[in-house]
Amino acid sequence: MATSASRPKTYRHKRATRLWHWLNALAIFMLLMTGLMIFNAHPHLYWGRYGANFDASWLGIGPTPQGGGELRVYQIHVPTTGVLGHWKDQQGHVQTRAFPYWVTVPAHYSLAGARRWHFLFAWVLILGGTAYFIASLINRHFARDLAPTREELKPHHLWQDIKDHARLRLPTGDAAGRYNPLQKMAYIAVIFFLIPMMILTGLTMAPAFDATFPQLLWLFGGRQSARSIHFLCAMGLVAFIVVHLVMIVLAGPINEIRSMITGWFRIPPEKQRHG
Amino acid sequence: MADLSRRTALGVGGGLLLAGCDRIAATRPARSAFVGAEDLTYRVDRLITPRNALAPEFTGADVSPIFRSNGTARPGSADYARLLAGNFADWRLHVGGLVSRPLAISLAQLKALPQRTQITRHDCVEGWSAIGRWTGPVLGPILQFAGLSSNARYIVFHCHDDLGSSSYYESIDMIDAFHPQTILAWALNGQPLPVQNGAPLRLRVERQLGYKQAKYLRGIEAVASLDYVGGGKGGYWEDVADYAWYAGI
Repeated sequence: MATSASRPKTYRHKRATRLWHWLNALAIFMLLMTGLMIFNAHPHLYWGRYGANFDASWLGIGPTPQGGGELRVYQIHVPTTGVLGHWKDQQGHVQTRAFPYWVTVPAHYSLAGARRWHFLFAWVLILGGTAYFIASLINRHFARDLAPTREELKPHHLWQDIKDHARLRLPTGDAAGRYNPLQKMAYIAVIFFLIPMMILTGLTMAPAFDATFPQLLWLFGGRQSARSIHFLCAMGLVAFIVVHLVMIVLAGPINEIRSMITGWFRIPPEKQRHG
Repeated sequence: MADLSRRTALGVGGGLLLAGCDRIAATRPARSAFVGAEDLTYRVDRLITPRNALAPEFTGADVSPIFRSNGTARPGSADYARLLAGNFADWRLHVGGLVSRPLAISLAQLKALPQRTQITRHDCVEGWSAIGRWTGPVLGPILQFAGLSSNARYIVFHCHDDLGSSSYYESIDMIDAFHPQTILAWALNGQPLPVQNGAPLRLRVERQLGYKQAKYLRGIEAVASLDYVGGGKGGYWEDVADYAWYAGI
């Protein structure tokens, strides 16, 4: 068996991809955590054009009359005491805001402060994303690395990839130098759907933007629907981040993180594949 | 580590990270970044939005069953109580500052002006929205009638609600001041403005968030700079809690 140092390396991530990855990771984390603080200011979600305290919400997080906390989705009540709607702050005082201090920015309740951070990093997301998009068209990152091949889209190929993932059997040899089909689809979903949806639904919530592009209100079914979709897509990004981090740990975190910093990825040897 | 639950560990780690963010937020570079981002948003919005682009207007079927109140629900001053008791007959809207002809307008005079009725959405900075039908005269012609100076760059709104340190105030730029939907509303849903929604008169500036829609108006002042208004940031919440002056987003 070859030692790790002598195993072949492949140039896996282009410079624009690496730069954007880390810039965007920072932006997404800040947007998520400040977004949870903004949600805390009015922890109810509605469908339609309007929605306020006297209107029916489909989701709510808050304290219960019994002295706990709960997440309510339509008529389903999930107890969340200690985490959502009823939790202890750093001083040990009980707070009844929706999301606890350890997932929000700022840690103490501040809608104005959260909005400052949120709109600063919204610009990082938009400007960084635009630069990445242009660079990825020019350096053919989208065409070469992300677009699934005709072969990869065949059902038996996809099914094989699903089985491999389910058995946590990760690609080795040459195959490890490329993204596998499920991985490509996950990245495509984030880059071409979730992030654009976050931006568009976010802009739809802006009253000035609605005067410029009222079509967005029609597209999302009203401002409060856009706010709900904004939240759901944010939860989609959280789900992606969790799976993404788990896959990195499983695939070898040092090699994976190094490749996203330097670009060079050490090919896992073929013989490690068994079973 | 054994007695440290995962949540505690997460909490401690997260707490450290977040305390870091809070410390960064208080630094000068962070302040400049925040103000720069707000300024960029304002400029880009003004660039891409035609000057008179209208906020969406809705139909009667879209009106919220209950238009909730926020902030002050009833100003506590003796002055306001007296005006309310007199059904606002003695109330006047003072128009001053950089104008050649200061005005003191009664409610009856405002109602005698050409009126605009619009069904628009009110978006609170907190996240909720309510749709209502507003009626009142358009602000622009009133400013012109008062002989607005060409040096004026902002319109400041002074209010009757006392909030401890000062009464409420807000300000908008000339583009919003002369926007066709910027009205001084005295009616909500066909009825005189309820006290909780700002009686007798409130501002509607439809392309911005709720805290710009000053309630309980008593005065309008044209100014060249916001430096000498309140704490210098152009509005009550801007000065007290650091909300952005431009609330188009």
